[in-house]
Amino acid sequence: MTETAAATAKAKRSWKDVDLRAVAPFVALALLLVLGAFANPNFISVDNLLNVLTRSAFIAIIAVGATFVISAGGLDLSVGSMVAFVASLTILFMNSGAVSDPTMTIVAAALLAIAIGAACGLANGLITTVGRIEPFIATLGTMGIYRGLTTWLSQGGAITLRNPDVQSLYRPVYFGEIFGVPFPIYVIVITAAIGAFVLYRTRYGRHVVAVGSNEDVAHYSGIPVSRVRTLTYVIQGLCVAVACLIYIPRLGSTSATTGLMWELQAITAVVVGGTALRGGVGRIWGTVCGAFILEIVGNIMLLSNFVSEYLLGAIQGAIIIIAMLVQRSLVRKS
Amino acid sequence: MRKRLIGAAAIAMVALMSVAQAQDKKTIGVSIPAADHGWTAGVVFHAERVAKKLMEEHPGLNVIVKTSPDAASQANAVQDLETQGIDALVILPSDPDPLVNAIKEVKDKGKFVALVDRAPSNNDNSVRDLYVAGNNPALGEVAGKYIAEKTPEAEVVIIRGLPIPIDQQRQDGFDKGIAGSKVKVLDRQFGNWNRDDAFKVMQDYLTKYPKIDVVWCQDDDMAVGVLQAIEQAKRTDIQYVVAGAGSKDMIKKVMDGDKMIPVDVLYPPAMVGTAMELTAAGLIDQVPVSGNYILDATLITPENAKNFYFPDSPF
Repeated sequence: MTETAAATAKAKRSWKDVDLRAVAPFVALALLLVLGAFANPNFISVDNLLNVLTRSAFIAIIAVGATFVISAGGLDLSVGSMVAFVASLTILFMNSGAVSDPTMTIVAAALLAIAIGAACGLANGLITTVGRIEPFIATLGTMGIYRGLTTWLSQGGAITLRNPDVQSLYRPVYFGEIFGVPFPIYVIVITAAIGAFVLYRTRYGRHVVAVGSNEDVAHYSGIPVSRVRTLTYVIQGLCVAVACLIYIPRLGSTSATTGLMWELQAITAVVVGGTALRGGVGRIWGTVCGAFILEIVGNIMLLSNFVSEYLLGAIQGAIIIIAMLVQRSLVRKS
Repeated sequence: MRKRLIGAAAIAMVALMSVAQAQDKKTIGVSIPAADHGWTAGVVFHAERVAKKLMEEHPGLNVIVKTSPDAASQANAVQDLETQGIDALVILPSDPDPLVNAIKEVKDKGKFVALVDRAPSNNDNSVRDLYVAGNNPALGEVAGKYIAEKTPEAEVVIIRGLPIPIDQQRQDGFDKGIAGSKVKVLDRQFGNWNRDDAFKVMQDYLTKYPKIDVVWCQDDDMAVGVLQAIEQAKRTDIQYVVAGAGSKDMIKKVMDGDKMIPVDVLYPPAMVGTAMELTAAGLIDQVPVSGNYILDATLITPENAKNFYFPDSPF
């Protein structure tokens, strides 16, 4: 609770008292950028950085939702499967030709995706709150369900967007640019801004953090704990739907392996960004930064010539731990 | 009480009669992994297609196809098939070594066992009678030879699958295929046989190397991601991409004369059908079929593509 108080009061204080915990992920990111520039001069090129930021969009947007769930003391392991499920249904809808006009098809598909995402999130939320099942187990179950349904829908193969008109109209959503900046980057910023506003500036946001830091106290303070928790899962579902909407135009298809292990990447991004896994603290911008860090680590590894392809996983893991240690040491100094 | 006894006797007689009937019939059990990605989806499709055809051709033949999501449940499925009374087992093990004992159990009872694609460490006639597989070293070699022949001085980037033995065999085969030519391999990285990962790896290759002539990604799924990354970067230096497996989308591109996908290398999921046909031939026509049957890694070109095109298959 003291940390939240510090975060809200931050703006009024001097530089000396800047919350180092909130700044730490950005310091780690800056260090990685320097490391990357040494690994390969092409790394720091605008094209490469924009590529990396763009493809981190899926994890970043999903992780914004995960920040809510985790701050409220929950956990959602189903997001990766949910991406595959929502994206598959959306593509199937666009292929069905229920709406003839291509533009309207995309608009209707987007609304449908958001509705399905919210419904999937609501299901997760109700199972954990009304069903009183530990979120780890509940979402592990729905993870299997969403993944299995996707595999069934695709019969194990791929679901591909068939209509060429829709395809060419939809493609710019991932590949298009506004003022030289790829469209998905705007989506990250807008999603994170909305997320930050809700978490830091609304009563609901304060309730989320209160529920996460101490459920009993929140309950006795008259906060509807179950409703607050359930809504965090709905927010997570909405974020998954937004991620799907920019995922679909990239390859125009989904398969049973779409979004595999994304839940772990999203959780890692949240934690690297400074949100406590036990709940009670949420840092939206840190989360986005965490997602960038994850993607940049992979990018640096690939661009460097001195790492064996067999060691990639080990070095990625080591860099994430070092990034966390850098953060911790910064916090200790304060 | 008496009524019950009569009832029991009647049931026993019916059961005996059906056993007697079953002895005139032959049953083949087919155990395959569940469709969890494109290639295994193809395996399921072809197993079911061939099962239907075999039963139409041979009225006395029953073919049971079972899919299992992992090695443990596949071991159970093999046991279930055995208790149902099969004369032969065709199995594409999801993971061969953990399944060896379950397979041996069937084999030791004198049933015919055909093993498909994935071989355990001791792949001899104590485990199976027939072994049908694609040729992984040749898949690499055919791709390497094609590249060396078509673009003798090409600078090639490679996207590998997962760090498992068959991937290594493909890499070694590729090196053999380009040996002696001036083809230069710029880089090899893992794309996990996954479209999204292949997209990322290709984007990074495009950043890393200002000039790439050819991409060898040895898998049709990964080729989807590779093509998108190239298109996005608007790079024109890449002359073509060589994938592999034989998915309907890539074969369609070959048939249509797509410049980026001039050929594909066959590693067909339909090989499960080969094993089923051979097993049926051994069982019914009593021709000798025991041994190794290794399929060629055929180079699919616009001329022969239609032989390998299954528009109804999910893969």
